[in-house]
Amino acid sequence: MHPWVTYDSTLRALERGETTCEQVTEGFLRTIADGTRLNAFLSVFNEKALDRARAIDRKRADGRAGRLAGMVIAVKDVLSMRNEKVTCASRILEEYVAPYDATVIERLLAEDAILIGKTNLDEFAMGSSTENSAFGPVLNPVDESRVPGGSSGGSCVAVAAGMAHTALGTDTGGSIRQPASFCGIVGLKPTYGRVSRYGLVALSSSFDQIGPFAANVTDAARVLQVIAGHDERDSTSAAVAVPDYSAALTGSCTGLKIGLPNEAFGEGLDAGVRAAVEAAIGRLRDRGAVIMPVSLPHVPYHISTYYILMTAEASSNLARYDGIRFGHRSAEARDLHDVYTASRSEGFGAEVKRRIMLGTYVLSAGYYDAYYRKAQKVRRLIQKDFFDAFASVDLIVMPTAPTTAFKIGEKAADPLTMYLSDIYTVSANLAGVPAISVPCGTADGMPVGVQFIGKQFDEATVLSAAFALEHGAS
Amino acid sequence: MSVTPKDVDHVARLAHLSFTDGEKQRLTSELNTILSYMEQLNGLDTEHVEPLAHVIELANVFRPDVRTPGLAADDALQNAPGRSDDFFTVPKVIADR
Repeated sequence: MHPWVTYDSTLRALERGETTCEQVTEGFLRTIADGTRLNAFLSVFNEKALDRARAIDRKRADGRAGRLAGMVIAVKDVLSMRNEKVTCASRILEEYVAPYDATVIERLLAEDAILIGKTNLDEFAMGSSTENSAFGPVLNPVDESRVPGGSSGGSCVAVAAGMAHTALGTDTGGSIRQPASFCGIVGLKPTYGRVSRYGLVALSSSFDQIGPFAANVTDAARVLQVIAGHDERDSTSAAVAVPDYSAALTGSCTGLKIGLPNEAFGEGLDAGVRAAVEAAIGRLRDRGAVIMPVSLPHVPYHISTYYILMTAEASSNLARYDGIRFGHRSAEARDLHDVYTASRSEGFGAEVKRRIMLGTYVLSAGYYDAYYRKAQKVRRLIQKDFFDAFASVDLIVMPTAPTTAFKIGEKAADPLTMYLSDIYTVSANLAGVPAISVPCGTADGMPVGVQFIGKQFDEATVLSAAFALEHGAS
Repeated sequence: MSVTPKDVDHVARLAHLSFTDGEKQRLTSELNTILSYMEQLNGLDTEHVEPLAHVIELANVFRPDVRTPGLAADDALQNAPGRSDDFFTVPKVIADR
């Protein structure tokens, strides 16, 4: 018996008059209170969420409720909600209060979703295990001695442990999909530009995307439906029409052409993960999908390319934390230069400093061409691999992560080993394409996710395959 | 190429970060490990490849040149560590003589 609660089950109960939004919200708040040891939340909106639930119950009675009425959603603490803290799980923003709402928050509220709290993460979303939070690690609810994945570990655990119907995360190099795989739920990274980033604290601006965690594909599609679409306040958000995603959830995958890249099934892939992913691919083949080999020849270069570009962008984005306009200001600082250096040195954690140093190094005079510009060139080759593959297939399938959830502390001492665990997820961010992780079984008792990667702006096909697998596997 | 403790000092200065000697030593070794892994990219011929800065083909984005409401001064200053009227305050920049 899984602890999570789907929005479908709540909707049915609401429609039959067996429950109210208030009771549903109370239920989630109890689960959150009982599960504080998991450390999934940094703030919980107890009274505020209940007030809102009661207001939505009244709207439902009047027949005026929005498309997400009664959906209880947790939000990664990198998204701005007016008059609420946004800490990014960092000491440097511990007291920061957002002066405005992110576009995704506005859109969820306009459809009568109930926001229940802000979730824990790796500081500034830098990490793959949620061990880098300044406010302590998040535990995996399936096995509490293991990490939930990261960086959106708190959002993922909120859904996996039944503390919210769905959650918003952000995915820069796998931060939605990898935790979804580690905790046995669904996580979707939309196409770069599909969802407005206005109000999202910037990590790495050419990679960051906001997306949903959900207990099933249907709920993930429901959230995407509401948050997707052009926003003039984010000039990188794309003016591409948003289709009706529910129409894609047919359960059929007959004739769907799915590419299998050999490069993603090589060295380093855990045997149990491989077996679960191959079994899932077999089920899709049995249901009429056409599985074809494709080649992504630059897979061995994905991690290097990603971490050069990501750290370079992050070091630039994090230059704004200088102790002047917002955030921590050192009490020790005597002059202006001290304010910058002491505030930053006291406020940032070890991994954030490491990435700022790496990013500053690859951008510095003498190294810019050798690292940053070189990586931008390789990124084009990587994107071309995907575009070439998509000339002959509708989707690409591969594992979400090379292993199941690892033990807390297992990789914390070795940054490069931690970076290498992102091997299958960074690809979609490098190419700017959508990707989903959907549960496909277990290995040694821990959940395994399979990943479907689609063409730019074709989230519909990605969701369609994930839904077919979800329903063929049951 | 190999990162020296002197390089770490230089980059730390650029990034406005300070480290203890122990942290510097550790960073030097970590940066060397990570950067030497990244040097694998040098094995790829990219002479005729255009750098990719943005994954979606975007032209310049324009909006109508009209005034829209911005952040009110109080909202913009609410998180300031130091404030005087509608200004951010910082420690004295020019030293006393």
